[in-house]
Amino acid sequence: MIFDKWIAAFSHEKLTCGACKKEFSVKELRKALYICPECNKYMRIGGRERINQVVDKKSFEEFATGLSSVDFLEFPGYSDKLTKAIDATGEDDAVICGHGTVNGYPCAIFVMDSRFMMASMGSVVGEKITRTFEYATEHHIPVIGFTASGGARMQEGIISLMQMAKCSAAVKKHSTEGNLYITVLTDPTTGGVTASFAMQGDITLAEPNALVGFAGRRVVEQTTKSQLPDNFQSAEFILEHGFADAIVPREELIDTLTTILKLHRKEQAAG
Amino acid sequence: MTPYEKLKLTRQNGRPTGVAFINGIIDDRIELHGDRRYAEDAAIISGIGSLDGMPVTYIAIEKGVDLATRMKTNFGCPKPEGYRKALRLMKQAEKFGRPVVCFVDTSGAYPGAEAEERGQGEAIAENIIEMLGLKTPTISVVIGEGGSGGALALCSSDRVYMMENAVYSVISPEGCASILWKDASRAEDAAQCLRITADDMKNFGVAETIIPENYEDFAATCAVIKQNLKDDLNELLKKDTDTLLEERYLRFRKFGIYEENGETHGTVAYAL
Repeated sequence: MIFDKWIAAFSHEKLTCGACKKEFSVKELRKALYICPECNKYMRIGGRERINQVVDKKSFEEFATGLSSVDFLEFPGYSDKLTKAIDATGEDDAVICGHGTVNGYPCAIFVMDSRFMMASMGSVVGEKITRTFEYATEHHIPVIGFTASGGARMQEGIISLMQMAKCSAAVKKHSTEGNLYITVLTDPTTGGVTASFAMQGDITLAEPNALVGFAGRRVVEQTTKSQLPDNFQSAEFILEHGFADAIVPREELIDTLTTILKLHRKEQAAG
Repeated sequence: MTPYEKLKLTRQNGRPTGVAFINGIIDDRIELHGDRRYAEDAAIISGIGSLDGMPVTYIAIEKGVDLATRMKTNFGCPKPEGYRKALRLMKQAEKFGRPVVCFVDTSGAYPGAEAEERGQGEAIAENIIEMLGLKTPTISVVIGEGGSGGALALCSSDRVYMMENAVYSVISPEGCASILWKDASRAEDAAQCLRITADDMKNFGVAETIIPENYEDFAATCAVIKQNLKDDLNELLKKDTDTLLEERYLRFRKFGIYEENGETHGTVAYAL
């Protein structure tokens, strides 16, 4: 699988923690779930790595591959940005979708990847997330969505805004049929993604310290004309204000997801 | 007019705001206030009324017409409580089987600290998903600025009309220019790139109808909107709920231009 090759290619590399600037081998970081062994900072992780962490080994089947973005507005710099992002990540765009099992429970999964143009949402991201919900509706299975995004991809103009409604329509259908949708808000979940499918889950989990908000901090500061608290728009902040169900540390995520999936399984008779 | 000139026109003093459209189109109006959760938001004016005898729920973003009213309405930037009030009235319209008509004019949802604390993103997300499932017809008219998610929260409808000079955009041209060129003064170039005009929306399938603007006679402009609303709502009211919802699903499902295994997909045959 491409994904094993990808991991192999990176496993001898070194990565530096953005907070404490200490260097670690990828192997070491993978073992630590990309939580900095020195300072506990939650590092942002790519889509493949996330799937590797959460989904049962060999159960993941990716779908909606081979979709790529088109610079249909001939927007300044978009083609170059796409080429660079594809080269840097080895991915087609900013989301990976598929189905698999988490501790044996089948589900559809999408993982947004902030390394790809800050996981901004254009036609490809919207289409893949929509297909994830359509697949899950058809198969009556839950969706687990890992969100991360700078917002709508302005290089695709109004069509990127419409992706918010397109995905929401698919979430609605999935929900109307009684299916479960769990969101895991990861760093950073902002803008149009927050204002659509990131906030439409039945159960909303967040990673510690993840940035979660709608408007950008600088814009809010300009509007408010005052300094904002350090924890403004953090996972802890949105939990306190009632917009997340729980903050789940990375090492507890599989257990939490498993319990939620178990409690939503179709056979519910007591033993 | 260039796209940027149109944008400036939508922000110009004297351009009719939400209130003028409601007064010109809806009769027997009863304004209804508050979200029943936190507060009333003057940036959204909503209520019930009649469209030539057809009961409707109306929801309009109001920018204000002078400094006092603009301060009160936050220059037409709704807060979460405004969106939640709109949703409350939409659910009420669904209960009584009456259509919803929205008039949209905002540079965007209010980006203040308290709006973030009260879940601006969640409020918009909830409006979008609930509008998409609303079991009654919905039509939105972009009368001035259709600013990003703050506009989409009232535009996830069966039909969208654009006033001839109205604009609809994923980001303000100023915001786009400052991200792209670190220079907000290049908004004019950004407006060109983003494709924000009524004609663009029609080409993309984002809007079905463009309403001509008659500056000498606003009543005549309102009469045209009214006729379109009546015709479309009469047609939409004939559909059974499943058909209405499925057609609304497909209306949004079609958006997206991308390549799949070498083939270009997307319903928009858009010529630059």
